[in-house]
Amino acid sequence: MATTDVALREAFGQREPKRVVNNMSIQVATVNGSGSQSSNTVLLRSIFQMGVPVSGKNLFPSNIAGLPTWYTIRANKDGYIARKKEIDFVIAMNAETAQEDVMSLAPGAAVLYDEPLKLNALRTDLIFYPVPYDKLVAPVCPEAKLRKLVKNMIYVGVAAQLLGIDMAEVEKALRKQFATKVKAANLNLAAVRAGFEYATANLTKHDPYSIQRMDKTTGMIIIDGNSAAALGCMFAGVTVVTWYPITPSSSLVETLIDYMKEYRIGPDGKATFAIVQAEDELAAIGMVLGAGWAGARSMTATAGPGISLMAEFAGLSYYAEVPGVVWDIQRVGPSTGLPTRTSQGDILSTAFLSHGDTKNILLLPCSVAECFTMAQDAFNLAEQFQTLVFVMSDLDLGMNNWMSDPFEYPKAPIDRGKVLTKEDLDRMGGFSRYKDVDNDGIGYRTLPGTEHPAAAYFTRGTGHNEKSGYSERPDDFEKNMERINKKFETARAFVPRPELMTGKGKAKIGIIAYGTSHWGIIEARDQLRAEYDIETDYLRLKAYPFSREVHEFIEQHERVYVVEQNRDAQMLCLIKLDIKPELVTRLRSIAHIHGLPLDARSVTDELISMEGK
Amino acid sequence: MATTTIPTPAPKINRIGLTVLDYRGGKTTLCAGCGHNAISERIIDAMYEMGVQPERVIKPSGIGCSSKSPAYFMSRSHSFNAVHGRMPSVATGAILANRKLIALGVSGDGDTASIGIGQFVHLMRRNLPIIYIIEDNGVYGLTKGQFSATADLGSKLKTGVVNDLPPIDTCAMAITLGATLVGRSFSGDKRQLHSLLKAAIAHKGTVMLDVVSPCTTFNDHEGSTKSYKYMKDHEEPLQEIGFVPAFEEINVEYDPGTTVEVTMHDGSRLRLTKLEEEYDATNRIKAITRLHEAHEKGEVLTGLFYVNPEAPSFIDMLNVTEEPLATLPESATRPGREALEQAMEELR
Ligand SMILES: Cc1ncc(C[n+]2csc(CCOP(=O)(O)OP(=O)(O)O)c2C)c(N)n1
Ligand code: SF4
Ligand SMILES: [Mg+2]
Repeated sequence: MATTDVALREAFGQREPKRVVNNMSIQVATVNGSGSQSSNTVLLRSIFQMGVPVSGKNLFPSNIAGLPTWYTIRANKDGYIARKKEIDFVIAMNAETAQEDVMSLAPGAAVLYDEPLKLNALRTDLIFYPVPYDKLVAPVCPEAKLRKLVKNMIYVGVAAQLLGIDMAEVEKALRKQFATKVKAANLNLAAVRAGFEYATANLTKHDPYSIQRMDKTTGMIIIDGNSAAALGCMFAGVTVVTWYPITPSSSLVETLIDYMKEYRIGPDGKATFAIVQAEDELAAIGMVLGAGWAGARSMTATAGPGISLMAEFAGLSYYAEVPGVVWDIQRVGPSTGLPTRTSQGDILSTAFLSHGDTKNILLLPCSVAECFTMAQDAFNLAEQFQTLVFVMSDLDLGMNNWMSDPFEYPKAPIDRGKVLTKEDLDRMGGFSRYKDVDNDGIGYRTLPGTEHPAAAYFTRGTGHNEKSGYSERPDDFEKNMERINKKFETARAFVPRPELMTGKGKAKIGIIAYGTSHWGIIEARDQLRAEYDIETDYLRLKAYPFSREVHEFIEQHERVYVVEQNRDAQMLCLIKLDIKPELVTRLRSIAHIHGLPLDARSVTDELISMEGK
Repeated sequence: MATTTIPTPAPKINRIGLTVLDYRGGKTTLCAGCGHNAISERIIDAMYEMGVQPERVIKPSGIGCSSKSPAYFMSRSHSFNAVHGRMPSVATGAILANRKLIALGVSGDGDTASIGIGQFVHLMRRNLPIIYIIEDNGVYGLTKGQFSATADLGSKLKTGVVNDLPPIDTCAMAITLGATLVGRSFSGDKRQLHSLLKAAIAHKGTVMLDVVSPCTTFNDHEGSTKSYKYMKDHEEPLQEIGFVPAFEEINVEYDPGTTVEVTMHDGSRLRLTKLEEEYDATNRIKAITRLHEAHEKGEVLTGLFYVNPEAPSFIDMLNVTEEPLATLPESATRPGREALEQAMEELR
């Protein structure tokens, strides 16, 4: 007899619920370190393989093992992959949080739970599915030590059965997950099957949610932003990588190490790169500058606390004009803040990182595809403009799984910027390092080791003239700073252009956003149209300094909402500094600082309330 | 009227055809008599005599009077005057980018032993090929004479302030951590410093030379332990250092009873004529012990403390390709289409 809880039948009777196909959020609540990551990935991939758009977001504690963690899979036929606030289907594996997890659900949600937790006693307006994990795991996993891990695969099987996920897809995803570990794959597969069979024999489906085959993911890939960035850096020709571990950036370099070992060992068996774990971020950025100065494509990856430590060197890069790439995978600050939560809180401090009149180029990827392409942009821009370029990713993008079209092989050759060779110097006789020869603010440099007696110049953070000689003369200083500013102005036309998405007709309301906020915004715009009949135009920023389009967009809209994931409207502040004073009053801030990925509903609600509706 | 033309003597040239003038730098702006200037002179001589191509040399430095000095020697070499205490990282990056460069880093005692101690420590651990020179005057010259962390116990500032913290011995530290050629000298000891610098150029790995270099303006008075007078009175060399470069064929006999010969990585030979019977510069533990002993006894020991020509350098350990990474062509640094296709396939 089916053991679906009596409470449910009392609440809903036996009537068939309305079916909800390919539109749900599944949340798995587990304990950090319990090995649920593999199970969750298998579940995510199975849905993806069924052709249904998905995203997977891991909400984890700053802890190695023992604290609660939640993994949320959103499947959505319309392609919305931002976080959704409401959870439709909970897999409650963590006794500690189970009660709260269940209490916070909206009526009608489904709960798959470990039988002894007796969660069904908590509410009468939910659909409960008890699973006796311990009983099921023992026969499939004779080794008691492994049961804790294998147990998690059982819920994959139960969920697959209840949601109608094809077991063939589950097996395929599982084999991929365990790749070469055939024994582990078989063991886990047995657990999945045990779950599936248990559900078939004992559970009666009463929730409305199901997955049905579609064709919206054909040919696509699933990857996290840090891995995408790593690939991008490798194809951008990075040669020197230095780093100091910090969440959420570590996996960028760790993945890069794996890729480089696979694809960047030359025919002589030697590495065409050097990767060094530095003693701290001061050393990491110092090495980036040293390497960039000597001609390498150099980079580091870090998060807010590391960015703060890099401040002095950032100014040296700006003023002595040394290229390098810094990935900031933003997390919640100030201070150590919430190290495992996402944020866009480093925008202002990084734009002006360092003392004096320092201004830095920022790139703002919103997707894994842009992590890949902007890696290439970043290295090209760094060498073209002889300065640090910061790529402002975030934890949501960097560490979570995103689906994407496959990345395209770079179209343009690598641009190494203005570097004079021995032959150039033979022809020219000499050069002035900091002279604006081409009227773009950018001087020519030579690399150490260039075999010409006139190749050398003196790189310094102290005042200098065009020939890089020490100078304290006011006119030299002013001229030099104006020229460096001219570079920044030149950069406006070279950084990635913003993306404009217009609504129907002539919208009065504009939205400006950037980075991962994008995914909530596209959904919010549809909600505004469908629910409130409000049309919006949307400009997604891709870089700082801003290009012409940003000014035009604000000029064309009566009210412009700048949506971002920080408290102080940091990007709005940067825009304010850039635009005509009379336009400033058009800007409004929608800011989010809770550390969870931005969801559409919050944006919609806030915009509506600010519109006075 | 008959004129006799007196032939101007051909300028002396080294083995790569350069004169000593090709190794000169800009005019110094340091104080007259500053020890740092003498060190610059010794660097010029050693580089010239060793026939080093100036274009292959880089001169990273930190911040301080000492760190300014790269402007005053070898103008044909690239310089990078970085930020205070962080020269090691900048030098490391540059050498990673181009392993063919010869790095001669200049730092001060403040730059190294206080703000930069962290980077210094880690540089020493890696055995990166670099010559790291501390121009050590026991004070912060550029900020007008405050004590540094190498100031000796009891040393007195001009103002009468007495240092009551123990000094950091950068040589003992460097040996402990893994530097492979370590010595101490004195800017006024021309011969010893000259030989040490030549050995440094021949060495593959981290060279750490602590060169006592009096600050005539802030720390050259009675009561200072880093003054010219104090050094002249107290310097105790461990050995006499002879250096025979690889390119010289001369084979002068030496007495193996009193002299030890160490063959360097490039075939050069170091001849250490012992002044102290027992001292063995290839023994790490003994070297460290002897340096600690010197502190106990209040000796100012100079000479070559430790050398190990065999240890693998950081670049070897990283298995970096022979060609400079900096100038590898795109064909070497951007994998082909198949690589991306394969990576994508794995993610499907
Ligand atoms: C971050 C930072 N803090 C402080 C200073 C000020 N400062 C400049 S040089 C110096 C000390 C230099 O001492 P040392 O390295 O011994 O060089 P010397 O001038 O004695 O040769 C200090 C503290 C600075 N430039 N940067
Ligand atoms: S202040 Fe001292 S260290 Fe600086 S230049 Fe003068 S003598 Fe040399
Ligand atoms: Mg000093």
